[in-house]
Amino acid sequence: MGHGQPSRALVIGAGLAALRGAEAMRDAGFSGALTIVGAEPYRPYDRPPLSKHVLTGEIAPDATTVPSSLGEDVDWHLGSPAVSLDRADRLVHLADGTALTYDRLLIATGTRARPWPNPHEGRLAGVYTLRGRDDAIALRKALTSSPQRVLVIGGGLIGCEVASACRQLSLPVTLVQPGPAPLARVLGRYIGAIVGAMHEARGVDLRLGAEVEWLEQANGRLVRAHLVDGTAIEADIALLALGAMRNTEWLDGSGLSFDAGGVDCDADGYVLDVDGRPDTAIAAAGDVARFPHPLYGGRRIAVEHWGHAVAQGVHAGRLLAGDKPERCYAALPAFWSGQAGVTLKSVGLTAGADAMTIAQGDPATGRFLAVYGREGRCIAAVSVDCGRWLPAYAERIAAAEPFPPEETVIDRAGSPAILAPGFS
Amino acid sequence: MSSPAPQPSLRVSVDLNLCQAYAQCCYAAPQHFRIEGHEALFYDPAPAARDRADIERAQIACPVQAIRVEDKSHEGA
Repeated sequence: MGHGQPSRALVIGAGLAALRGAEAMRDAGFSGALTIVGAEPYRPYDRPPLSKHVLTGEIAPDATTVPSSLGEDVDWHLGSPAVSLDRADRLVHLADGTALTYDRLLIATGTRARPWPNPHEGRLAGVYTLRGRDDAIALRKALTSSPQRVLVIGGGLIGCEVASACRQLSLPVTLVQPGPAPLARVLGRYIGAIVGAMHEARGVDLRLGAEVEWLEQANGRLVRAHLVDGTAIEADIALLALGAMRNTEWLDGSGLSFDAGGVDCDADGYVLDVDGRPDTAIAAAGDVARFPHPLYGGRRIAVEHWGHAVAQGVHAGRLLAGDKPERCYAALPAFWSGQAGVTLKSVGLTAGADAMTIAQGDPATGRFLAVYGREGRCIAAVSVDCGRWLPAYAERIAAAEPFPPEETVIDRAGSPAILAPGFS
Repeated sequence: MSSPAPQPSLRVSVDLNLCQAYAQCCYAAPQHFRIEGHEALFYDPAPAARDRADIERAQIACPVQAIRVEDKSHEGA
C-alpha cells in the first residue's frame, strides 16, 4: 500500500469512527473510489444527545448528523448491513445482495444494544432499548405519551442519563441496578454511590442490588416488572440499558480473530487473522476494535467512547491511505456524561484500580475530582463538575506517574485520604 | 434557543471532552450555546445558515478550539 494508484476503499459502518476514518483517508491523499456502508439509513450522526437532549425534546433527532469534510466523491450505501467478508477475493457481501470489492477496508461496525434475555418480553409494547436514532425517536414518543412510570433496567451511563432525562420531564422513574451503586463498573462503588445520591435527590427511585426477573404484560403491553426479591414495579415503559454488544458476527468465516468482545488489531491498527498475522489491507476503529493499549500493559481493550471513535478513526484512515502514523495508537480514553444535573468527565481507564483519592474539591459540595491508582501508578481520573482540573491529571495518567499524585491538593491541609474505589 | 429551522444549513459539533465550559461561545452566539449547571454545554447542532456569522465567532472564541462547523450542502440523506 502507499504505492501505485489504489482503486477502492471500503468502509463498513457509518458511525463516527467510520466517518472520521473516511475523512482521514481523503485528507491523507487517498483519491480512489470510496464507499461507506451503513446498516442504518442515515448519514453518520452523533449518539451522545440521543440519551439526553433528544429525549427531553431540546434537540430534534435528525439534527444530530455530524459535520463532515467529505465531498461528493463518496458512494454512500446505506440501509443494508454487511453480512460476510471474503478476504481471499477481497469482497464484502451486504444483506441486500450487493457485493463490494476493496483494496483497503475499514471495519467500524460498532455495537448494538444488548437485548433482554427473554425475546418475547423484550418485544412487548412499552419496552425499549437505546442505541440508534430510531430508538431515540421511539423512546421520546413514549416519554411524551404521559407514562405512569418509567423503569430503567441497568445503571450504566445510558441508564443513568435516561433516568435523568425522565426527571427533567417530571416523569416518575425507577432505576434498577443489580450492583451496589449506579455506574459501579466504570466509576467504582465509592464514586458511583455519590452520583447515585445525586440522582435520588432529583427524584429517581433507585433500587440497588435488585434485579428484574420477568416483565408482565397485558394485551401485549408492559404493565409491571417483577424483581428477583418477589416485589414488583408498576411501569408502562421500560428501557433496557444492559450494555452493548459488538457487531462482529458478519466476520464469521473471514479468518480474522474476533469474538463478542471485538475484532483484534495489532499495535499499528491492522486487523489480525486467527494465526495472529496482520492483514495490512484491513484496519478497524471505534467500539468494535480491540487493540493493545500501551498504557495498560499492551492488554487488548475495546473502548466505546466518542473521542476514541474520532481519534482511532483518524488513525486507521491514515494507516489505510498509506500515511502510517509514526506512533502506535495510544490516545488516552476519555468520556463525558451529563446526568443528575452535573457533568461527569473521565480520563484513563479505572478498571483494576486498587486505590483512589479525592484530589480536588469535596464530594459534599458536589464538585470534586477523584484520581484512581493501580499498583502505585495513576491510571484514571474522574471529575464531577470539576472538569478544568482534568487535563492536568490526564498528563499524569499518560505518564503513569506515581499514585497518590504529589503536590496536588492545595485547598486543604494534610495528605489526602487513600480510599477503596470499590471495584470487585 | 431558537426553534430549529426546517432546513438547517449548518452542522455543529463540540468535542465535549475538550470543552472546559469557558462559555465564550455563549457570549458569541447566545441563541445557540448555553451552559447548564456548572459546566454542561448545551448547543444547537443544526443552526440556520443565517446565523453563520455568530456560529463562526463562537468557533473562533473557543479557548480550547472544541467547536467544529460544517456546511450541510453535501448531505443527501
